Amino acid sequence: MVRVTRKVEFSAAHFYHNPNLSAEENRRIFGKCNNPQGHGHNYVLEVTVAGEPDPDTGMVLDLKELKDILEKEVMERMDHRHLNYEVPELAGQIPTCENIAAMIWRLLEPRITKGKLDRVRLYESPDLFADCTAAETVEPTPVQKEADRKAQEAGRRAWRDR
Amino acid sequence: MAGPLTSTPSPSKAFQLKLTLTRRYRFAASHRLHSAKFSEEQNQRLYGKCSNPHGHGHNYVLEVTIAGPVDPSTGMIANLGDLDPFVRIQVLDPFDCRNLNEQVAEFRDCVPTTENVAREIFRRLQTFPSARVERVRIEETSKNSFEVADEE
Repeated sequence: MVRVTRKVEFSAAHFYHNPNLSAEENRRIFGKCNNPQGHGHNYVLEVTVAGEPDPDTGMVLDLKELKDILEKEVMERMDHRHLNYEVPELAGQIPTCENIAAMIWRLLEPRITKGKLDRVRLYESPDLFADCTAAETVEPTPVQKEADRKAQEAGRRAWRDR
Repeated sequence: MAGPLTSTPSPSKAFQLKLTLTRRYRFAASHRLHSAKFSEEQNQRLYGKCSNPHGHGHNYVLEVTIAGPVDPSTGMIANLGDLDPFVRIQVLDPFDCRNLNEQVAEFRDCVPTTENVAREIFRRLQTFPSARVERVRIEETSKNSFEVADEE
């Protein structure tokens, strides 16, 4: 198996705020990141696809295709955008490195048809990054399901009241 | 502006996502590679320049990787407001601008190779209360790095 990694960079604004918590709690948990005017980062995304190289082409996948997928799914969606307001896939979630990486995984995974998406690594800064990979567990636990349902509900509320 | 959300995806797929968060820290310290188990000559042969009796130093880069479920109310595996001071107290304060052989008790009788430093840091971080510390990676220089991870 060979792993192929492609890198793209995008710049976006965000801030951290949970509408279900008090203003004081938001400040305590999120600190400076709670500033409602937002702030931004130069995100660096590394997408890794794993597979066997095709014997005819010598490629796991055509990097041009991956580049186009990243342009469409990531750059058009997030470059020079406000992640709290302009990316519906993140609505109801705090746009942390972890959540953005997971969202990018979900967008890309069905689009990769040659090889398999192996890892999404998202740098918020050179000193902080999140990795998203697929774990082997099949069914989410009831606790995870419940947490997911609550998050979804909070998301709908936040979106409605924004 | 986008329409009503369909966001937080239902986890009905045949896999579950695994997320980790990695933070990079820096410290500078001196050390000397020398073992009392070997003769002077053996130390010289084995450790070469690194055995210089007065020691030498590095700008170490430390990567700490935490793993665990993402709390939906914060979007985080653990709050950096908790991780940063923990790493500072456990590792950076006692290691930064110190002589590892002389000033870190664990290296009195243990050679502070970066393998051993990585192990010691990994051990010191295991008590982090908010998430599992899964991996520690240290760059001794930009050319050498050492990694210790959970043997799960």
